[in-house]
Amino acid sequence: MKKTSTFGRVLTYIQSSLGKLLATLVLALSIVAMTLYVPILIGNAIDLCVDGNVNLEAIVPILIESAILIALTALLQWIMGILNNNITYTIVRDIRRDAIRKLQRLPLSYIDSHPAGDIVNRVISDVDQFSDGLLMGFTQFFTGVMTILGTIIFMLWLDWRIALFVVALTPLSLFVAKFIAQHTHDFFLAQSKAKAAQTGFVNETVSEQKVSIAFSHGDKNLEKFDEINEDLAKCSLKATFYSSLTNPSTRVVNNLVYGGVALLGGFFCLGTNPTMTVGGLAVFLRYANQYTKPFNEISGVITELQNALACASRIFELLDAKEIEPDAPDAADPESIGGNVDFKNVYFSYTPDKKLIENFNFSAKHGQRIAIVGPTGCGKTTLINLLMRFYNPTSGEIRIDGISTRDLRRATLRKNFGMVLQDTWLREGTIRDNIVMGKPDATDEEVVAAAKAAHAHSFIKNLPNGYDTYIGEDGGALSAGQKQLLCITRIMLCLPPMLILDEATSSIDTRTEMRIQNAFATLMKGRTSFIVAHRLSTIREADVILVMRDGNIVEQGTHDELLQKGGFYAELWNAQFAN
Amino acid sequence: MKRILQYLAKYKGMAILAPLFKMLEATFELLVPLVVKDLVDVGIKNGDKPYILKMCLILVLFCGIGFLSAAIAQYFSAKAAVGVSKDLRRDMYAKIQHFTHSDLDTIGVSNILTRMSGDVNQVQTGINVTLRLLMRSPVVVFGAVILAFTIDVGCAIIFAVVVPLLLAVVFAILLATIPLFKKVQKNLERVLRSTRQSLTGTRVIRAFCAENEQVEDFDRENDALFTLQKFTSKISVLMNPLTYLFINFAIIVLIYTGAIRMESGIITQGALLALYDYMSQILVELIKFANFIITMTKAIASASRIDEFFAEGKLPEVVKAERDAKAPFIAFDHVSFAYPSGGTVLRDISFTAERGETVGIIGGTGSGKTSLVSLIPRFYDATEGTVKVDGLDVRAYEGESLKLRVGVVPQKAVLFAGTIRDNMRWGKEDATDEEMLAAIETAQGGDIVSAKGSLDAAVTEGGKNFSGGQRQRLTIARALVRNPEILILDDSASALDYATDARLRMAIRDMQNAPTTFIVSQRTASVMHADKIIVLDDGEAVGIGTHDELLESCPIYKEIYDSQFKGGERK
Repeated sequence: MKKTSTFGRVLTYIQSSLGKLLATLVLALSIVAMTLYVPILIGNAIDLCVDGNVNLEAIVPILIESAILIALTALLQWIMGILNNNITYTIVRDIRRDAIRKLQRLPLSYIDSHPAGDIVNRVISDVDQFSDGLLMGFTQFFTGVMTILGTIIFMLWLDWRIALFVVALTPLSLFVAKFIAQHTHDFFLAQSKAKAAQTGFVNETVSEQKVSIAFSHGDKNLEKFDEINEDLAKCSLKATFYSSLTNPSTRVVNNLVYGGVALLGGFFCLGTNPTMTVGGLAVFLRYANQYTKPFNEISGVITELQNALACASRIFELLDAKEIEPDAPDAADPESIGGNVDFKNVYFSYTPDKKLIENFNFSAKHGQRIAIVGPTGCGKTTLINLLMRFYNPTSGEIRIDGISTRDLRRATLRKNFGMVLQDTWLREGTIRDNIVMGKPDATDEEVVAAAKAAHAHSFIKNLPNGYDTYIGEDGGALSAGQKQLLCITRIMLCLPPMLILDEATSSIDTRTEMRIQNAFATLMKGRTSFIVAHRLSTIREADVILVMRDGNIVEQGTHDELLQKGGFYAELWNAQFAN
Repeated sequence: MKRILQYLAKYKGMAILAPLFKMLEATFELLVPLVVKDLVDVGIKNGDKPYILKMCLILVLFCGIGFLSAAIAQYFSAKAAVGVSKDLRRDMYAKIQHFTHSDLDTIGVSNILTRMSGDVNQVQTGINVTLRLLMRSPVVVFGAVILAFTIDVGCAIIFAVVVPLLLAVVFAILLATIPLFKKVQKNLERVLRSTRQSLTGTRVIRAFCAENEQVEDFDRENDALFTLQKFTSKISVLMNPLTYLFINFAIIVLIYTGAIRMESGIITQGALLALYDYMSQILVELIKFANFIITMTKAIASASRIDEFFAEGKLPEVVKAERDAKAPFIAFDHVSFAYPSGGTVLRDISFTAERGETVGIIGGTGSGKTSLVSLIPRFYDATEGTVKVDGLDVRAYEGESLKLRVGVVPQKAVLFAGTIRDNMRWGKEDATDEEMLAAIETAQGGDIVSAKGSLDAAVTEGGKNFSGGQRQRLTIARALVRNPEILILDDSASALDYATDARLRMAIRDMQNAPTTFIVSQRTASVMHADKIIVLDDGEAVGIGTHDELLESCPIYKEIYDSQFKGGERK
């Protein structure tokens, strides 16, 4: 079932290249026919050369005909190669285009629960392997079968007796090809398992090599590595050796066929009335020489195709994953948003079996500062996920200016929130590219003004190319503080009415941090701000404090109210002065 | 390359025998057309049936010998190639174990990983293919040419012309495509990066509604790759048609020349047949050889990267120094430090600490806090000044003797796959359950063990099945289990709430033989009760003293304190 549906999906991608695909099939057929026909012409020419009696006049036209066919074959081979590659590349490009669009529409829950490396692998190496395997496999299979059939037909036409002999030996070729393919497949599987085990171990230990150094754990690591390495070497030797037997084994079968053909052909050439000519023998020997090659290719193709289908199903699993519901056509898109946020009977959990937020009710008025506090791992980021609608509440609703976030266009909702996350994320590109993410049409003046307001201008100015400095993936050479400043600048440029600050200032040095806090104070004025922070001074100035514990909101109120209440918050606060 | 040969030397026998057996195989293949020639010229011409049978049996015999020698050769070459790669990986991994922090910083973990897997595999394939084809291909190609000369010099001239021509075609295509393939690879990496960015940045991208820009970005890279691939393919797929064309044209010329020479009786029909066979053999072999060159260039590139890898890293030198019994337990004397890659991180730091004391280190990001504590277990060497532990220069400690006295809790809390017990053993190989549980208790992690069941609870790679706070407490326990004389907590309580953080500090202070503890933090609350606080600002110690002294004397400390306790300048 699964396979057919995967196959069906594959076909949709091939559809746009269907014409080219048919063309390659026709080309393949012509090439096979011509490559098999040329030896016959050569054989005829050889027959015209009997020792001491050469019919040169008859040979020349044959040779000219051959030359034309050869040139034509070469040309068609070239065209077919290009067409084949074009089809592959087109399919790869199309699947990847769809995949990247899909990624933008997947719910965060999917992305959070799948390692980035796994998804990247599907989009990059699986797609490559799939298209290579499928297309190359398909054309090789087709050419292989055509070559075998063509050879048999030509042989039957030339001399049915030798043809029968060769066909009789065919099961032997099939058997040898299958035997080797099966064995190498098993050994390769074992090898890739051993390899994965080793990569896993090396990855884990080397990534944390500094810990190893600190604990003098090198020798222990090496012992374990040796064990794994020995294992890999054993599997590797088997896989390498068996796979390298493919060619010699094929040659053995080939040579047996060759010897038999020589013997039979030789006998048929004898007598006063020979049923075969030396030229004919030459043709047969040429065919025999190449007879088993396609068998090998075909048996290899089957594993390749299986592999390609496995890759395809991984790709389609991604492409078919459930998407976020699109915004309703009549979703609200208000001109401006004041920033009143209401949580109404909100229930939420990531997995049904682990309850988190239960019946949460809360109102934030325009311009208020809401501090979210609690021990790490208490689920503070969950609130951000809900506010930004990265996740939907299980039940209940969140209202912005009285409109449920479900009825609001996602883009509108998100444009009205300025978010600085704990893990700063920068895209590959220039500093400017990063700043204008939320406002691509910003002028240079606006960018500089925002950077100045976020105290980022001075360090940006000192970079080699200022605002045009190119930064690599994940910020490259910038310090954590500088990255954070850039993220803040991004918000400064858009000035949305609501803010989400996730411990935003925790890794900026004290001095800059002061200035940032001042800038934030200005920024927060008149804006509804949700701040996830450890810093008690920030918390103390909040209008409302939400205290979280084990994923749920356990208390809410002002600093003084909560202290008076003597609950969990008071416990946290007093811990400051515990000793 | 030289290094690879040295590794190969260990498998000298196999590395020599493999090509020799391959030569044997090739030789027997070359003899086949000669047998066929006799079969035609003697057997068929004279109508000698037993002779034909004999020749065919010889063919089968040749094929048997050929297969045997090939199998032996393949085994030897596989064994040598796998052996070399095994030894290489082992030595590389051993080398990594002796890398210092600076080595790791300069080389980079991801580089190490690709060197050890991708590059070593490439070298293995390279050796394997080289041992098999280095002798075989030339023997077949040049052997065919030489044998052609023994058959008939006139016809053999065609061989002498076409072989160099073919070689030129093959090399021209390789020269044109190898750099193109490298470009394609680079382009593919860009597509990969763009995909990864889309994933790592999902939240930010969606927050800024920048999905379309992300897609456009990707499309640009993806289309560029597509165009480049199409262009490259136009050249690379020329290989087969061109070689086919050349060889077959050569065959036509050969038949024509042969026919003329046969008319004058210089050669026989069988000889023509043999020459025809040789020409075809050359074609098959040349295609193999072209693939061999591609594999070789990749392997050579990998080998040189492996070479660079081995050139990295030197064992830290052990200096001779006398122990000063009267000296304070830990002493920094005018210490300055710069990372090998760049600017000065610490400037002229001097302080001392006695046994059992707690030293707090506070300052902004990049002020040099982690660098300072890294000098104590000699993760790095100071560029100026000396660091002494227990009266002895840290550079004078032999082997691991210094590190065994220190318990380090790094900033990033990482556990290793296995069980909690396995992880505790990192701290002390032979620790008893009681010792482990006591350490975990001190680290405020008692509830973790009870929540997870026991010390045998499984830990997945990186400790991802534990929360940040749990990981942090377990890494603290890992450092405590060896009962270190010195304990370094490098911002290790960042994921703990204030209450737990405070309890932790108290528990450490109450330990029997309490260690000299260094607490690196950005929180005043974590260090304010220390016996001594070092305030770092941009690599300089701008204040050393107790909390009260520093509030008086150190404006930066006061600034930090105020910002965290009084809301700073924010009014």
